[in-house]
Amino acid sequence: MPLLWAIRDVIGLTGTKYGCGVAQCGACVVHLNGEAVRSCVTKVSRAEGQKVVTIEGLSGNNDHPVQTAWQEIDVPQCGYCHSGQIMSAAVLLRENPNPSDEDIDAAMSGNICRCGTYLRIRKAIHLAAELQQKGKG
Amino acid sequence: MRRISRRSFIKNTGGASLALWLGISTKGFASQTSLPTEGKRFTPYILVESNGNISIFNTKPEMGQGTFQSIPALIAEEFEVSLEQITILLTNGEKELGNGQRAGGSASIRNNYTELRKVGASAKEVFITAASAKWAVDAGTCYAEYGKVIHQPTNRSFTYGELVEEASKLELPKEPKLKDPKDFKILGKPGKRPDVPLKTSGKAVFGIDVQVPDMLYASVERCPVIGGTLKNFDAQEALKMPGVEKVVAVERLMGVYRTVGVAVVANTYWTALQARKRLKIEWDTHGFETFNSTEYETQLRGLANEEGLPDNTLGSVENLNLLPQNTLEALYETPMVAHHPLEPMNCVAQVQGEKVEIWTSTQVPSTITGSGANDLHKHIGFAPDNIKLHATFIGGGFGRRLNIDYIIEAVNVAKQVEKPVKVIWTREDTTEQGPFRPMTFSQLKGGFSEDGKLIAFQHKVIAPSYLEAVRADFDKTKVDNIMVEGIGEQAYEIPNLKTSFVRADYHVPLGAWRSVTSSTVAFAHECFIDELAYLAKKDPMDFRLELLSKPSDTKRVLEKLRVFSRWDTPLGPGKGRGVAQWEFFAGLCAQVVEVSFRPDKSVVVDKVFVVIDLGEVVNPDNVKNQIEGSIVMALGAAVKPGITLGNGRVMQHNFYDNPLVRINEVPEVEVHILADGGKVKGVGEPGLPPFAPALANAIFAATGKRIRRMPFDLDQL
Repeated sequence: MPLLWAIRDVIGLTGTKYGCGVAQCGACVVHLNGEAVRSCVTKVSRAEGQKVVTIEGLSGNNDHPVQTAWQEIDVPQCGYCHSGQIMSAAVLLRENPNPSDEDIDAAMSGNICRCGTYLRIRKAIHLAAELQQKGKG
Repeated sequence: MRRISRRSFIKNTGGASLALWLGISTKGFASQTSLPTEGKRFTPYILVESNGNISIFNTKPEMGQGTFQSIPALIAEEFEVSLEQITILLTNGEKELGNGQRAGGSASIRNNYTELRKVGASAKEVFITAASAKWAVDAGTCYAEYGKVIHQPTNRSFTYGELVEEASKLELPKEPKLKDPKDFKILGKPGKRPDVPLKTSGKAVFGIDVQVPDMLYASVERCPVIGGTLKNFDAQEALKMPGVEKVVAVERLMGVYRTVGVAVVANTYWTALQARKRLKIEWDTHGFETFNSTEYETQLRGLANEEGLPDNTLGSVENLNLLPQNTLEALYETPMVAHHPLEPMNCVAQVQGEKVEIWTSTQVPSTITGSGANDLHKHIGFAPDNIKLHATFIGGGFGRRLNIDYIIEAVNVAKQVEKPVKVIWTREDTTEQGPFRPMTFSQLKGGFSEDGKLIAFQHKVIAPSYLEAVRADFDKTKVDNIMVEGIGEQAYEIPNLKTSFVRADYHVPLGAWRSVTSSTVAFAHECFIDELAYLAKKDPMDFRLELLSKPSDTKRVLEKLRVFSRWDTPLGPGKGRGVAQWEFFAGLCAQVVEVSFRPDKSVVVDKVFVVIDLGEVVNPDNVKNQIEGSIVMALGAAVKPGITLGNGRVMQHNFYDNPLVRINEVPEVEVHILADGGKVKGVGEPGLPPFAPALANAIFAATGKRIRRMPFDLDQL
C-alpha cells in the first residue's frame, strides 16, 4: 500500500490529498525524514520506522512561515492542492532561505494547482522567506 | 491577521475537524454536519442565539470561487456584524433554504447582490425596533454596529443576543433601507477569506476526506469505449483478495448517457483498486469501438456547408453584392477538454431502508435533495424527503460538479452494500469517462462596403449539442442556445448579422466547462474580428472601438483597457500584443496579451492586462485571484492537448498525457476592476473567454502567423 492511503485511510489524517496517483500533481507531498516525497508512489514499507510529517504536523498552530504567508496573501482558492504546495514550499525554504522566482518555479513545478493560484504561490514563498528570516533574527 | 474563533472553526468544518482539533479519532463526521436549530431564525439565512452566537447559512457551495466569504459578506454588511463574529455554515440542500443552493454560471453574487443585502438589512431593522421599544425611545436615535444596537444619545447598548426574543416576534420589513455604499465596512474591501486557514492546515474537509463509521471503499471499472456498457463479468479473482467484500454491477447516468460498470467494494480503497485490476469483464461496445476524433472532425468540417438553425439575425447578410476582395471567410476549430478538478470525483453514500444519506463535494445541493423533474430522486428511486445530504468544501468544480452522475453511481453501489461506501474515481477514470467540454467548429464570414465599413458578419457554430447530451427531452429541431452562447449578442454595431448552429450527432457525455461555450466560440469570434481588422489595415483596438460608437459596457471596458494596457506604447522587437473581449451570460471581460517571439520559433506569454466589468464588487482581492486563475485555466485549454478519442476510447489518461499548466508557465497578470454601478456581473467565468483569442491575436502581431485551431503549441510556431 502506498504511504498516501495508509496516512489517509488507516491513520485517518486526511490533510494529505490524492490527485493523480502517479507522482504528477504533488497533492500528496509529505516529509519523509525531512525530504519532500510523493506519498502516492512511496511504499508504506519505505516509511516504516522513519519520521513522516504531514500537513497536520508541519506546525503547532498553523503558523509555519509558509502557512502564515499563505494566509496573509489568501493564496488558496478551492484549497485542495495546498497541503502539497505548502509541504513542498517548506522544504524549498529550508534548503534555500532566499529563493528567486526561478528557484521557486524549479522547486514547485511538480505541484499542480488547477485553480491557477501560481502567482500567489510565488509571492507567498517570497513572503515566507522574509518571515523565516525575521523569525531567526 | 484575522482569525476565526475556535467555535466557528469547529462548526465550519464539521466533526472531523473537531476531532482533529482535540487530537482524538477522526471518525464521526456523520453526526456533525446538520445545521443548528437552537436560537431564532431571521429570514432563513440568519440564526441568532440568546447567548449572542450568530450563524449565517451560506447556500452557495465553496469550490474555490470565494462564496464562503462573499455570500455572508452581503448579509453581514447590512446586518452590522463582522465576519469574525459569526459562524458561517454551508447548507446541505435543506428545504427551508430554498432551491437556489447551487453554485454555477458565475451567478452567486450577480443574482443575489441586492436580495442578500436586504436579508441583512431587514434583520437589523427588527433588532433596532426591539431595542428602541425596550428603551422607549425613537428608533431613529438608535443604530447597529458589530452585533449591537446602540442608543446614540445615551450610548446605551444591547447585543443582538439580548434582543433576540423581542426581535423574533416582530415582522421583518420587506423593503428595508439599504446602506449607502460609502458606509460599507466589508463590501468592496479586500477581505480575508475565513476558509483559507482551514486550507493551509489540512483541516478543511472535502468530500474525499469524509469518514463515516464502518465505511467501505469502492472503485469502479467502466467501459473504456465511450458508448459501451457491461455485458458480463467474472469477479472470482478479485473476490479472492483479502479485504474485498463484494463486486457489483453499477449504473451511471450522465445526462442522457447511460452505462453500467463494475464496482469492487473493499475494506480499504487501495484493496479495491488492486482487486479492480483482477476483474474479467466483457463489454458491449455497440459499434463505438471504431470511433475516432480525426474522422469526427472531418465530419464537422463537412457540416460547415449546411445552413443550420438560425440564432440571431440583423438586417440581411445575403445579396449585399460585396466585392470579393472585401470579404473574408475562415474556419476555426477547438477541442474537447476535461475539467480536471484536482479533487477526483467521489461520493460517500449509505442506504438504510427507504433512506439514503450522501456526503459529497457538489455544486448543486438543491439538485440532490430537491423534488424537481431533473433532481437526484428521479434517478435513484428515493423520495426527496428521504435523501439527506452532507455537503463539504469542494476541491474544484469548474462545472464538473454541476453533474450528479458520480452521486447516482455511488448510491447505486450503496444500494447493494449493507454499510456506507465511499466511491473514489482515479485520475484516469476522471480523464477517460467525461463529461467533456464539447468541441466547437466555427465558420466565420465578414464583408466590408466599398467605403471600408464592416457591414456583414456571420458566425455559424458546428458542434454536438450540449442540451441534447444532458436532457432527454431536448427538441433537436431547435437551436441549442448554449452552443451559440454570446455570438449573436456582442455589442459591435454591424448592420447585417447572422448567427446559426449546425448540430452534429455525438455519443460522448458532455458537460458545461467553466465559461461554457464562450470558452471556444469567443476564440473564433474575436480572432476573426482581428482578421477583419487586418484586412481593413486597421489597428485591432481602433477597429473594435470604431464598431462601438454607442455607449455600452463593452466600449467602456475596451477604452479602459486601451489605457490600462498602454496599448499605444510600442513594444520592443520580437514582441507582439493582441486584444479580445467577450460579453456573455456570466459577465464581461477584456484582455490584452503580450508575447515574445524567440529565435527558436517559440512564443512566451509575457503579460496579460485584464479589465473586468462587475458593476459592484464584493471582494476585490478575491476577484483578482479568480482572474489570475482564469488566465491559467484558459492558457491550458489554449495550448495543452485536449481530449481525443481513438478506437472509441479516450486517448488521454492522466496528467502525463493530459497536462495542466504549471507554475513555470504562468504570465504576469494585471487586473483592473470596473465597479462603478450598473448591472452586477459575474466573476468566476468571464476571465476565460477573452484569453485564447487575445493570445492568438498577439501571436499574429508578433509572428504574422494566424492561428485558427486550438490547442496550439507555443514551442513550435
